[in-house]
Amino acid sequence: MVDMALSSAAERAAKRRKAQRLNRLTPYMFMAPAAVIMAIALLYPLAYMIWGSFRAWDPSQTIGEAEFVGLKNYVTLWDDPNFRESLSVTLRFAFFVVTFELVIGVGLALLLDRNIRGMSMLRTLFILPMMIAPVVVGLMWRYMYHPTVGTFNRTLEGLGLPTVDWLGQHALMSVIIADIWQWTPFIFILSLAALQSLPRSALEAAKIDGATTWQQIWYIKLPLMMPVLIVTGLLRLIDAFKVLEVILVMTEGGPGLSTEILALRISRTATEFRELGVAAAMSNYLLLLLLALTLGMFAFTRWQEVRAAKVRISAEEDT
Amino acid sequence: MDQPYEKQNPAFYAVIALLVFMSVGPVLLMFVNSFKLDVDIISGASGLFFLPTIQNYETALCDVLPYEPDHIDFCSLKFGGALINSLIIALISTVLTLVIGCMGAYALVRFRFMGRDTVSLTTLMVRMVPPAVLLVPVFGLWNNEFCLDRDGLIGGTIRETFGGRGDVCLAGTHTGIIVIYVAMNLPFVIWILQSFIVQVPRSLEEAARVDGAGPFQVFFLVVLPLIKPGLAAAAIFTFRIAWNEYLLASALSDRNTKTVPILIVNNMSEFNVEWGVIMATGMLLAIPPIIFTLFASRQIITGMTAGAVKG
Repeated sequence: MVDMALSSAAERAAKRRKAQRLNRLTPYMFMAPAAVIMAIALLYPLAYMIWGSFRAWDPSQTIGEAEFVGLKNYVTLWDDPNFRESLSVTLRFAFFVVTFELVIGVGLALLLDRNIRGMSMLRTLFILPMMIAPVVVGLMWRYMYHPTVGTFNRTLEGLGLPTVDWLGQHALMSVIIADIWQWTPFIFILSLAALQSLPRSALEAAKIDGATTWQQIWYIKLPLMMPVLIVTGLLRLIDAFKVLEVILVMTEGGPGLSTEILALRISRTATEFRELGVAAAMSNYLLLLLLALTLGMFAFTRWQEVRAAKVRISAEEDT
Repeated sequence: MDQPYEKQNPAFYAVIALLVFMSVGPVLLMFVNSFKLDVDIISGASGLFFLPTIQNYETALCDVLPYEPDHIDFCSLKFGGALINSLIIALISTVLTLVIGCMGAYALVRFRFMGRDTVSLTTLMVRMVPPAVLLVPVFGLWNNEFCLDRDGLIGGTIRETFGGRGDVCLAGTHTGIIVIYVAMNLPFVIWILQSFIVQVPRSLEEAARVDGAGPFQVFFLVVLPLIKPGLAAAAIFTFRIAWNEYLLASALSDRNTKTVPILIVNNMSEFNVEWGVIMATGMLLAIPPIIFTLFASRQIITGMTAGAVKG
């Protein structure tokens, strides 16, 4: 009798332990597939790339056979005028694209923040450009910019104006315009959402006090939207460094190096010049740049949260 | 919104019309041109007055059409096959990303476990890695390291079945491209779904658990149905990236696994661009995203705001 009671108690305890172990393992079981895939296909490749960037590596070798050259790839790149040109093109592209998109996007959001019929239809039409493949966007714009059959030059000719050498002399500008076309809606949609979630009370108070439309925008709407705008702008900035296909299709980086952004140069160094080590070092430069931006974004959201918490606490103390 | 619509002045509507024209115009232009013969596109005098033809689409899809169109002698553009490759890759990688991503997001939101913060931070950080940065390592790894030895058991079997000489590698297979797309999209999907899972009331899950459901049953039968809008948004974004991506696919695919964007870029870099056919292929590539936009714009916008504003 005593034996049986003991054994069943032991069994129950074992069962409970098993259930507990299952419980403790549950989160790992949920997380495992994602962790494994990201480790194999993202983290390991990144480590592999950092390792490879210290080697004179060409595609016919495995990485083990490639000679270790220390920081040579990084130094060569830093002294390479082509790389610097490419870096400067990238920075200019990112700067202009983000600035114009922010100004136009926020402007449109302020203009269209009204209660009008068919707003959802409008929003649908506006997000169309960014859903379409970058390759296709490049293709459409390359056609429109075409020196003789393109839409723009034909229109200019029809109006009796001189034609413009879009993808030749003004290649960078043309590429920037195409990107603005595709991505302004992103900023527009996000700032419209931010505008519509602003506290009504502040706006109504301002209206009662007789603030003009401009004053309302300048002193109330914009400051209140600022956190969202900064995060959106940083996101766009990070994305601007990823752009590749649109430019590849429109200009292939040319004429000369005028539109060869870093992403494009990395892919050409790897596939055309077959210098994987140099391409890896270049990727690392780009990664460092993006890392700095991402950390900046984190720091900013963190600071925002802390400030909001402080405001809440002081408000509670007041009451 | 119960408020009556405000009356606006006509200039406002003019501005809106202009904006719509600007955002939709290029797409419409491509659509119209894809039904024109090259002669009509280049002469350009006719503008909107032309005889629409589906010749361009026939040329593009010649390898999957059941009949032989009269105007082509030789089917050089293997576009139909590429379209099928694109579909396979995009669909499978979307499904995998969603399933794996949801589970990961659920673990991050609902459980406290060792390494949770590390995983969460890593997920956030890798979101910013551009495809161009992955190009070099993925090319090297997929071609040299992620291989099955041809003398080994599995590799040997595959080689015997499909032929070929070297080791069996991930590069050049659908699987290879799918793996990198899943990995690339996971951080974003996990991030976006977290904000939807947080909103599921805990009491529902606890009720199910009291009724005797295991953790996986709770997840699949209780949580998943409640986050459908989030899933839809995540699915659209994942599909869009997998469907549109060019760079990594071009590095990893071989003759038989080419996707549509690769084909378009290859045809664009030729000296004499056949505009009509190219526009038709572009249109075919653009159709799925356009359909999603028209029918699920609400989910797209929700997803965008959830993914960015919280980010």
